[in-house]
Amino acid sequence: MAIADTGSTDRQLAAGARRPNRLFKNLNSKIAAIPMIFVAMVVFLGGTCWTIFYSFTKSGLLPNTNFVGLDQYERLWSSRKWMVSIENLGIYGFFSLIGTLVIGFTLAALLDRKIRGEGAFRTIFLYPFALSFIVTGLVWQWILNPELGLQNVVREWGWTSFTFDPLNNPDIVMFGLLIAGLWQGTGLIMCIMLAGLRGIDEDIWKAARVDGIGTVKTYVRIIIPMMRPVFVTSLVLIGSGIVKLYDLVVAQTSGGPGISSEVPAKYVMTAMFGGQNLGQGFAASTMMLLMVGIILIPWAYLEFGGKKRG
Amino acid sequence: MTDAMSGPRGAKPKKALSRNNIIVYGTLFVVAIYYALPLYVMIVTSLKGMPEIRMGNIFAPPMEVTFQPWVKAWAEACTGINCDGLSRGFWNSVRILIPSVVISISVASVTGYVLSMWKFKGSEVFFSMLMIGAFIPYQVMLYPIVILLREAGLYGSLSGLVLVHLAFGMPINTLLFRNYFASIPEELFKAARVDGAGFWAIFVKIVMPMSLPIFVVSMIIQVTGIWNDFLFGVTYISSPDRYPMTVQLNNIVNSVQGVKEYNVNMAATLLTGLVPLVIYFASGKLFVRGIAAGAVKG
Repeated sequence: MAIADTGSTDRQLAAGARRPNRLFKNLNSKIAAIPMIFVAMVVFLGGTCWTIFYSFTKSGLLPNTNFVGLDQYERLWSSRKWMVSIENLGIYGFFSLIGTLVIGFTLAALLDRKIRGEGAFRTIFLYPFALSFIVTGLVWQWILNPELGLQNVVREWGWTSFTFDPLNNPDIVMFGLLIAGLWQGTGLIMCIMLAGLRGIDEDIWKAARVDGIGTVKTYVRIIIPMMRPVFVTSLVLIGSGIVKLYDLVVAQTSGGPGISSEVPAKYVMTAMFGGQNLGQGFAASTMMLLMVGIILIPWAYLEFGGKKRG
Repeated sequence: MTDAMSGPRGAKPKKALSRNNIIVYGTLFVVAIYYALPLYVMIVTSLKGMPEIRMGNIFAPPMEVTFQPWVKAWAEACTGINCDGLSRGFWNSVRILIPSVVISISVASVTGYVLSMWKFKGSEVFFSMLMIGAFIPYQVMLYPIVILLREAGLYGSLSGLVLVHLAFGMPINTLLFRNYFASIPEELFKAARVDGAGFWAIFVKIVMPMSLPIFVVSMIIQVTGIWNDFLFGVTYISSPDRYPMTVQLNNIVNSVQGVKEYNVNMAATLLTGLVPLVIYFASGKLFVRGIAAGAVKG
């Protein structure tokens, strides 16, 4: 892939050198690429640099260039709300990552056992992914309603001491969000895992059977290591999704009770558009960018750095 | 000898309900209940009257079916001073959706075409930057875009929001088209060039007719993505009567004033989810293909 690309650029370079008017060669394609160039350079690159730059200023209601060094970052990390946000993101992220991978892979493996009704099961597991986080959050807010929801029904069934009210309990509110998040997102990972499982050679299974290796052991010892790229893709998808976590919180808990389910993305939004505190918003969003970088750079290195040989 | 003849030959026939099968189907059924439950709860709650809801079993089917909550959610529910229901948000969303989808698919398909067949020096660099940009948290770029839109005089308007959707829909759709077009045989392209076809002629007469499925896949991704958006709607629309449906829904359900009408809330939630759900159930395999194509990058 990489080699083919360089090859074609070389050829174009050579062709360009022969002709005097290089800019006008392929003019139509360059015009057609203008929207892409604008979005990549101005919106994505320009916007990111702008925000990082202004995160070092004392911007309040409006952006200004009154530089204060790392002040905004110091305020950020000494703010209790931000610390709660980071902690929540850590809890949510950890369990969401493990939960999504385990559930996604297990469901895919079960569906791959040549069962009847695979299509129906897949349709049921994946439909939540078509719904927005707002819809997801509102439905689960209703199901987890302490007075009229799940808790009440289980108590009516006879288990009168049953208590599960994550939306009223600051200690477990993140797990209320997690239930909804997993419901919405696991179908996607299941689909990706299933595609990965289907790509594995049938002969591997035959060989494992001949050697008398059990089904579960074959999955753990042979299939999962073979599916490393699929797991890495899933990891990146889940990871970048976790950092973006915002709509779900707004819809399901509005950050409450108190500030117990605040997340960084919501902190940014409140600082920028609610609190007239732009500098804090810029600093917090730069920290979010840093988090994504920590997830992404090792992946990009593994994915593209190691593939140089083609 | 007789022993060998009478013994079983070939593979051991599978019993329909072996212990393993019970575990597999049992697990799948239990999990399926967890996934199906919220949709079921939404439907039954939206068809009950408030007195029945207060009796407290959210899983029970309605004893008396009423469509009043749906009527109220669509035409009467209040957000702030506007009491004309979710219909307002619905039409706003439609007005945002149609231009966003049409323009972004046109732009992305042409860009993908450039990147697969008319590469120029630097085109791959811009493309890589576009793809990296797709991973940047939106929050980082929100405010600079506010400034850009304000400069253009579009901040707060539906057209401004359409532009935002165009920008953020670009990476995934461009990738989709680029990868699909790359699989079109190069000979075809060369033959067309020999026959004198130019940039646009090749795109319209050869590439587009060959690529109908990917246009549908891209449309599915865009429609669900834009319809489900909340963040951009809440950021770039300044006045409540222009809010898209998701934002209005959240405002209706999470408003602190008044008595909570859970049946109306669930009807409103279901109404908002209806568009992507219909697309999902109608498109079947293409939806799966779309997300798989979007997910497995590189």
